Amino acid sequence: MNIKELEMKATEVRCGIIRSTHAAGSGHPGGSLSSADIVTALYFDEMNIDPADPKMKGRDKLILSKGHVAPAQYAALAERGFFPKEELLTLRKLGARLQGHPNMEYVPGVEMSTGSLGQGFATAAGMAIANKLDKDPGRVYALLGDGELQEGIIWETTMSSSHYKLDNLVAIVDHNGLQIDGPNDEVMTVMPIADKFQAFGWNVIVIDGHDMEQILDAFKQARTCEGRPTAIIAETTKGKGVSFMEGDAGWHGKAANDEQTEQALAELDQLLQEQKKALEV
Amino acid sequence: MADKIATRQAYGEILPVLGKEYENLVVMDADLSGSTKTSEFRKVFPERFFNMGIAEQNMYAHAAGLALSGKIVCASTFAMFASGRAFEIIRNSIGYTKANVKICATHAGITVGADGASHQTFEDIALMRTIPGMTVICPSDAVSAKKLLRQAVEMDGPCYVRLGRAPVPVYYKEEDEIILGKGGLQRDGKDITIIATGIMVPDAVAAAEALAAEGIDARVIDIHTIKPIDEEIIIKAAEETGAIVTAEEHSIIGGLGDAVAQVVVKNCPVKMAMVGQKDCFGESGQPDELRAKYGMTAADIVAAAKSLL
Repeated sequence: MNIKELEMKATEVRCGIIRSTHAAGSGHPGGSLSSADIVTALYFDEMNIDPADPKMKGRDKLILSKGHVAPAQYAALAERGFFPKEELLTLRKLGARLQGHPNMEYVPGVEMSTGSLGQGFATAAGMAIANKLDKDPGRVYALLGDGELQEGIIWETTMSSSHYKLDNLVAIVDHNGLQIDGPNDEVMTVMPIADKFQAFGWNVIVIDGHDMEQILDAFKQARTCEGRPTAIIAETTKGKGVSFMEGDAGWHGKAANDEQTEQALAELDQLLQEQKKALEV
Repeated sequence: MADKIATRQAYGEILPVLGKEYENLVVMDADLSGSTKTSEFRKVFPERFFNMGIAEQNMYAHAAGLALSGKIVCASTFAMFASGRAFEIIRNSIGYTKANVKICATHAGITVGADGASHQTFEDIALMRTIPGMTVICPSDAVSAKKLLRQAVEMDGPCYVRLGRAPVPVYYKEEDEIILGKGGLQRDGKDITIIATGIMVPDAVAAAEALAAEGIDARVIDIHTIKPIDEEIIIKAAEETGAIVTAEEHSIIGGLGDAVAQVVVKNCPVKMAMVGQKDCFGESGQPDELRAKYGMTAADIVAAAKSLL
């Protein structure tokens, strides 16, 4: 896929996020939307994966350390063909595979059951160590929230991944600046993020997390970095793509109602039409 | 029973043996490898040993990642920090994912001794047995520790193995059969049953001998696997002897006593007494002094048995 096609795919992923959380009546659209471009880039460009063989040897893995943005992962996996798109509407329903937070046993393509913040990052680093032991070329990507950086285990993992020179590990921080109770820096200061990772010996790349070209470039750069892990600090907007959700912490953990959903999908559909036209040009 | 060997020592001895048999066995520690004896594995297989520093939560989450990538992981620290500090990581990243991690926790119970209350855990069995799918093992001596550790490594899925700091009598013989998930009958009897786990097993036998001298015929069972528990042997004991004393180097809340009581009340309610740490913290002292002061000796088992008869 070229950049324009990836951008279009990200919009389709955003539609999936809105539809699934609306059907569920709950969930986390804000952070799902802010990470949609990153997740799309990973599943449709960066990662070596095969929907027909989700456990393929040597594959790359995405661990959703901010497990509450499962709707973004589910929408991308469905778009990528890991399971039918209709299944997105079963999100959070009794007996469904699509749990509120990802479960690796139920969902093809989900590599780790997450939800309790901080743990996904550490387990991802464990997988990276295993790949080193096995000389497995697979790379491991961990998607972190910025609020999640307040968990102590994040910095334990940052320290140990540097110690063990895990250049097959990439942490992407979805830095949308907002968490449940409000702006990060009102709740608990996390800045300066880049300096912190740098101080722990990481290769740090700061990008616009909604600029597909920058996202792809960052992943490319990470691949060339030897002997240390890479942190990509992605500056993002919470609720990106839906006007009334953008930059509002209130959309961290609640779904849109019928009317809001209609509006959100209309906006995304309009964007999609524009992206299609741009593609034809 | 002349020799005394700590169960952690047995762990250190069996690890390199298992490491040779299982190429995918990885060992982790949190800066206590000399104490937990994982250093014995490091000496032989340095490339498969990972010291994670003083960061138990990080270690157990890493263990999950390694296990979910096909490794068998033995990850060790003191029982206090494994079961307490890392509890939620063990619950969510190891239990929920059924990761093949063996939490081999040393320095459990009052026999930690002089380090005192901060390091004496009486809660670990209780915490670990609440996690769905977690196998909980508490060996009584060096021989059973080795046999059970081998079976823990052979089975797929999360295990908690409780090991001790202090040297304890070598109670079992090499030829004794010790099967994970099966209680072991140590002495038959018809008047009362003593069900013990861990280092209390030899004391349970000593208590039974003391009771025999007074004409009380006590049965003794070693429940080294607290979860899944051997219901059959417990129900049979309740039916045939009519009274049960449990003995553990752990809180009487949530440990072996409660696990046995659950089986008993559902199937064949009989009178029970629990020997173990009362609802209180420990203190510094020598292991034997502490066991006497906090009521975890053969004499305490005898008194508990008599209270039921």
